[in-house]
Amino acid sequence: MRSLIDILDLSKDEIASLIRTADDIIQNPEKYAEKCHGKKLATLFFEPSTRTRLSFEAAMYELGGHVIGFSEAASSSASKGESIADTVRVVSCYADIIAMRHPKEGAPLVASMKSGVPVINAGDGGHNHPTQTLADLLTIHREKGRFSDLTVGLCGDLKFGRTVHSLISALSRYENVRFVLISPEELVLPDYIKEDVLQRGGFSFYETEDLEEVMPELDILYMTRVQRERFFNEADYIRLKDSYILTPEKLLTAKQDLAILHPLPRVGEIAGSVDDDPRACYFKQALYGKYMRMALILMLLEVS
Amino acid sequence: MIIDSIKNGIVIDHIRAGRSMELYNLLHLDRLKCSVAIIKNAPSEKMGRKDIIKIDEELSVDLDMLGYIDPGATVNIIRDGVLVEKRHLELPEQVENVIFCKNPRCIVTAEREIPHIFRLANREQGIYRCIYCDTEGKRNEEE
Ligand SMILES: [Zn+2]
Repeated sequence: MRSLIDILDLSKDEIASLIRTADDIIQNPEKYAEKCHGKKLATLFFEPSTRTRLSFEAAMYELGGHVIGFSEAASSSASKGESIADTVRVVSCYADIIAMRHPKEGAPLVASMKSGVPVINAGDGGHNHPTQTLADLLTIHREKGRFSDLTVGLCGDLKFGRTVHSLISALSRYENVRFVLISPEELVLPDYIKEDVLQRGGFSFYETEDLEEVMPELDILYMTRVQRERFFNEADYIRLKDSYILTPEKLLTAKQDLAILHPLPRVGEIAGSVDDDPRACYFKQALYGKYMRMALILMLLEVS
Repeated sequence: MIIDSIKNGIVIDHIRAGRSMELYNLLHLDRLKCSVAIIKNAPSEKMGRKDIIKIDEELSVDLDMLGYIDPGATVNIIRDGVLVEKRHLELPEQVENVIFCKNPRCIVTAEREIPHIFRLANREQGIYRCIYCDTEGKRNEEE
């Protein structure tokens, strides 16, 4: 029995296989409409995340399965002080697979150690969110047809942005990926990722505060939120925030086949006027997230 | 107990000077009924000064724990006054309830019954990370 806690729990071959399945679901959705007939997904959301929960639920319904669960801790037994271990042991009796969101880092790992059914980490605090990374990977693959030989710009909050950390880990298994790290000094990528992942893997990376300087080189631009509360003072935030807002003007020097990604929700870091640009992929990315969750559920339930 | 000649027992040698008491406590040697000798600041050609622990009984020592605290130590097993085995230690892949995660956002700080488990992330630099939250564990160096 397998669970998915960290994106690196999946081998390169498994990721390739998930992408093939997702591509096939997009091509032939009717083929998959009854694959999970009679199966139940439990969505255990100890903190609300409507977007992620709806994506999981839609995925299970499109596979012909059912969904049970709760959407916030207040409506679960956790509010009565039940341990994660006990909760999943009980839920394992009712469901065939669990998607868990929890504010504490590592909670889904604890769950997977005690559960009788596969557990999918649907986000554990600021730590991991592997199904978001699967959505990112499918988007890149559908736009570029490959993961190797790419220049990937990551822009915004690279310090606390867990989606950025997971995406770097996932892409660091492919050949000739160049990372361009675009962030204010306060929000640079943590040293341990630079050392353990990038330098150890022999990846070239370039750090800059200036998005416009590097725009012409990028094949992928992954935007993230720059949050006000991450700054020590308001003046720094105001000085810097406009540098990290993507506008049609900043895109003038970009490649014609650039792919712009964002894990959503955005709070102003991509101007609405960019949405109609064919290079904007962030709404497709949300849709692809559902297909990758479908492919993942099939894989973990060993449904062929 | 004659310090230099153990008949059946264990000699933990090449302990970094000053760390023997810490090992004594972590390996729970205080619970033993047999004699245990701690030799501090013994002269050593290789190390200058070293500590040695001699235990007058053959028992299974938690080698992972020992390797974590002092990977440079060696464990000699003595039977009938003869050295029968010499074990060199290395950093263990995983340690349980030896390093404690202090990340307030980590599940282990919220639920008491979960064991604190750290896994070796970088052998050259001896870096351990919490399996739940990936926080780097601080190896308690000499105070
Ligand atoms: Zn931890």
